[in-house]
Amino acid sequence: MIRDKRLLTALSFVLPLLAWSAVSYLPFLWHPQMLIADAGSVDYFQPGMRIDRATFAEEAKQARAEGRAEPAGRPANPIYLPAPHEVAGAFYTAFTTRPETRDGVWLHQSLWHSVQVIFWGFVISSAAGVPLGILCGSSRLAGRTCEPFIEFFRYLPAPAFGALAVAILGIYDGPKIAIIVIGTFFQQVLIIANTTRKLDYALVEAAQTLGTKGGKLLSKVVIPGILPDLYRDQRILLGWAWTYLIVAELIGTTTGITWFITQQARYQHFANVFAAIFIIGMVGLGTDLLLALLGRRLFPWDRATEKAG
Amino acid sequence: MSGQRALPLYRDQTPEVRERFDRLKSRDVILQVKNLTKRFGDTVALKDICFSTHRREFLCIVGPSGCGKSTLARILAGLEKQNEGDVLLEGTPVKGPGRDRGMVFQGYTLFPWLTVKKNVMFGLTVNQAGRLEAEREALQWLQLIGLEKFAGAYPHQLSGGMKQRVAIARALANQPRILLMDEPFGALDAQTRSRMQAHLLEIWRKIDITIIFITHDLDEAIFLADRILVLKPHPGEVQELIEVPVPRPRSPGQFQSDEFLATKARLEELIHSAPHAEAEEDYPLMMTRLTQVGDDVE
Repeated sequence: MIRDKRLLTALSFVLPLLAWSAVSYLPFLWHPQMLIADAGSVDYFQPGMRIDRATFAEEAKQARAEGRAEPAGRPANPIYLPAPHEVAGAFYTAFTTRPETRDGVWLHQSLWHSVQVIFWGFVISSAAGVPLGILCGSSRLAGRTCEPFIEFFRYLPAPAFGALAVAILGIYDGPKIAIIVIGTFFQQVLIIANTTRKLDYALVEAAQTLGTKGGKLLSKVVIPGILPDLYRDQRILLGWAWTYLIVAELIGTTTGITWFITQQARYQHFANVFAAIFIIGMVGLGTDLLLALLGRRLFPWDRATEKAG
Repeated sequence: MSGQRALPLYRDQTPEVRERFDRLKSRDVILQVKNLTKRFGDTVALKDICFSTHRREFLCIVGPSGCGKSTLARILAGLEKQNEGDVLLEGTPVKGPGRDRGMVFQGYTLFPWLTVKKNVMFGLTVNQAGRLEAEREALQWLQLIGLEKFAGAYPHQLSGGMKQRVAIARALANQPRILLMDEPFGALDAQTRSRMQAHLLEIWRKIDITIIFITHDLDEAIFLADRILVLKPHPGEVQELIEVPVPRPRSPGQFQSDEFLATKARLEELIHSAPHAEAEEDYPLMMTRLTQVGDDVE
């Protein structure tokens, strides 16, 4: 059973990798272009150039017909789809070679900057969103007062506030953090309010019959009761915060991993672009796995986390 | 059941039983319910309920489904408000839930994030008892219910019967004046159930507690109760207050005794004479036949 599970987990990563490898290494799969090795007599061809297969065949035919030197090349994919080994290479070089431009930053510096933006965005959002969510979920009055507006606000796309955020908070990290907060906060309040409402009310009643009143019901029953679910919500919300990162980092001066990605794309170093995108995925998944593991330690009574493990 | 045997009247009491009831009634009235009425919208759930219990009495409340017995328990606990009438606990009107009335629910309501010991300590600690004192007391309660070995376990590691034992200890540790039990053994299997009943009587005998026990199981009610309050549905009204003539101490052997059967016959008569809950009977069977004609089994 456990072996099966691990096998399937591995498979879920191996299968897409296999598909990618197949497209990259099997010349008869896709490969819509020719990578020119020898321009032959075609004057606008250059070694290292990618050209459509049809054009290449046309030129080759014409050269053959006119008795000129034929161009040579091999089937290739467009430049925006690097092969797995190229991306793997980029992973390595990104951490070991100096950035090409003078003002260039290392990949890990970009990444670290992004992680900080996410962190502060999420902390600020949670500092307000978690208490407000619990309040809305446990008090009908608070819920009815706050939730309709939040429900409305959550449909406003966070990036729409980009210009406004820059106007108010300047061009550096302020507006980026603000976008992540706007993107996370409103969902957070509603999700946590809902989680709070799902607490088995019989537990609250049981506590009441034991003489628990007012604030103690909240601190001794509601909060400990929802804690494992709250923790799970926060994990999911953290994932959402990551999805707002790229848009957020494009606002004002481009920074962080987004800067790295756009810069590398501009130089057509798509292997680096893929490497950076994958790193975001790895950091995200890694954080989530770590938090899941921590959750099992923190909440030994929680059956849902027990099962998930 | 034992149709042929001539049963004594359920009102007949042996001198010992009568003497026990005299003693019971000479104790102070602990809980008094006066003209209690509860409506949900237009439906009257409980109408003009009156009864009282004496200190250390074991009172069972029975009735068919829909007679409002759970609502009654919730009103006594203060979890629900009545529309009219009073609930007096030692003369003081009940307003909202409080630690003087412990409650054990049918669903398992142990706090899943607390260990067994901390569950039992819960009432003591929220009511400002010292931690050490609360801990000592909790351990004593766990000993009484025989679960001291499970002090450090979490509720999800316990069986249903064990959970309800802890729930009883948790309610009692708070030293309530009365213990309300709303079908507490309803979700347990038959064997665990009868063990829990014996167990509950054992606890009740040892400590100063008045128990109001809601059930729809007539055997359970007769086995446990001093007196049984029979409700009838639509609206929930008191039909009769029966003094159980079965002597104490009770044992499962008494299930076939004349007093037991006579009481049960009377209860069945009362409950079956009551108008049925509207559901069930009124719908004609619309099922397609699943077997072939002539393929009878009887």
